Amino acid sequence: MATTVDARGLSCPQPVIMTLDEIKTGKDKDIIVLVDTGTSKENVMRAAASQGCQINEVSPEGEGYRITITRG
Amino acid sequence: MVFPTNENVIVGLDRADDAGVYKISDDLALIQTVDFFTPIVDDPYWFGQIAAANALSDVYAMGGIPKTAMNLVAFPVKQMELAVLRQIIQGGIDKLAEAGVVLIGGHSIEDKELKYGLSVTGFVHPARVLTKRNLQPGDRLVLTKPLGTGIVNTAIKAGMASADLTGKVTHLMAALNRDAAGIMSNFNVSACTDVTGFGLLGHLAEMVCGSGMSVRVFSKQVPVIAEALEFAAMGLIPAGAYKNREFRESMIDFAEMVERSRQDVLFDPQTSGGLLISVNGHQAGELVAALKDAGIGDAAQIGEILSGPAEKIWVV
Repeated sequence: MATTVDARGLSCPQPVIMTLDEIKTGKDKDIIVLVDTGTSKENVMRAAASQGCQINEVSPEGEGYRITITRG
Repeated sequence: MVFPTNENVIVGLDRADDAGVYKISDDLALIQTVDFFTPIVDDPYWFGQIAAANALSDVYAMGGIPKTAMNLVAFPVKQMELAVLRQIIQGGIDKLAEAGVVLIGGHSIEDKELKYGLSVTGFVHPARVLTKRNLQPGDRLVLTKPLGTGIVNTAIKAGMASADLTGKVTHLMAALNRDAAGIMSNFNVSACTDVTGFGLLGHLAEMVCGSGMSVRVFSKQVPVIAEALEFAAMGLIPAGAYKNREFRESMIDFAEMVERSRQDVLFDPQTSGGLLISVNGHQAGELVAALKDAGIGDAAQIGEILSGPAEKIWVV
């Protein structure tokens, strides 16, 4: 199972806060984060890496990006 | 676009610098600059101080002494108490007073979004104007304030910065570049600018462009707010830092050992940042010592100017 964090339409630091919250409090091994700017994509990837998570895939989705993270 | 000029324009729009400079006589030139922005801190009094320190900085960066200022105000008069505006303006006046500058006018309009800034006028001897151009091979680069205010402000918005750190960064942004500029005037300085929205590497790129020279930056010697490195690693980076990187990436070469969070801080947009001074290599140590003696404890040598290859920045 994967949890989806939908941070589209939000500007930084909001997507980072939501990603960190899910990493710290969520239960699913996989987390999918949806963002709509390059800044949010880069920041979410850094946020995940800083918590020891693995970034499995970053793919374009619609106007933005879909980032698939696995808990470390 | 062709910008108007005449024989008295020493620095005009054709070679955009920190401020415009106009010669009045053989021993006097006028420096003019204007800057305003939306609030970068919650406290209106501190916002006023920071906006004033930031506007004054452009005059210091040109080697001049600011003398008069005018307020620029955009205020949502229906949504916000006038007391807020009073505090902002008081902050500006107090900072100007600290700099020995008189507020002699201004203009305000009603706007949906609050904005405040100042137009500042100063003076300089025409032969002592400092611009971004004129780097000399063998010069050393000196930076007078630590980097990371954009990243820390993002962390403040995220609720992740401590009250201590918030206070420290607020004071840093409100600190005048006056003392640094005064000390700099006693040394053989070839070029100067202040570090603001383009980040350290963006402003350095402006200095390097057209110089035919290159720069080596010693990244570990660049003064940095320690927490900014941690916040950068967590992804608390403003969009401007990514834009700055994208814009100048092609002329910058990072050594492998320069970790990504440090690279991010080098591109971090600064509010009211320090002076970036290109000084004769033999005097750099003495300049830094004099700055530190005057209480500018973060001042450091951060790089050197090389004769070539042209327009390259090496970050090691």
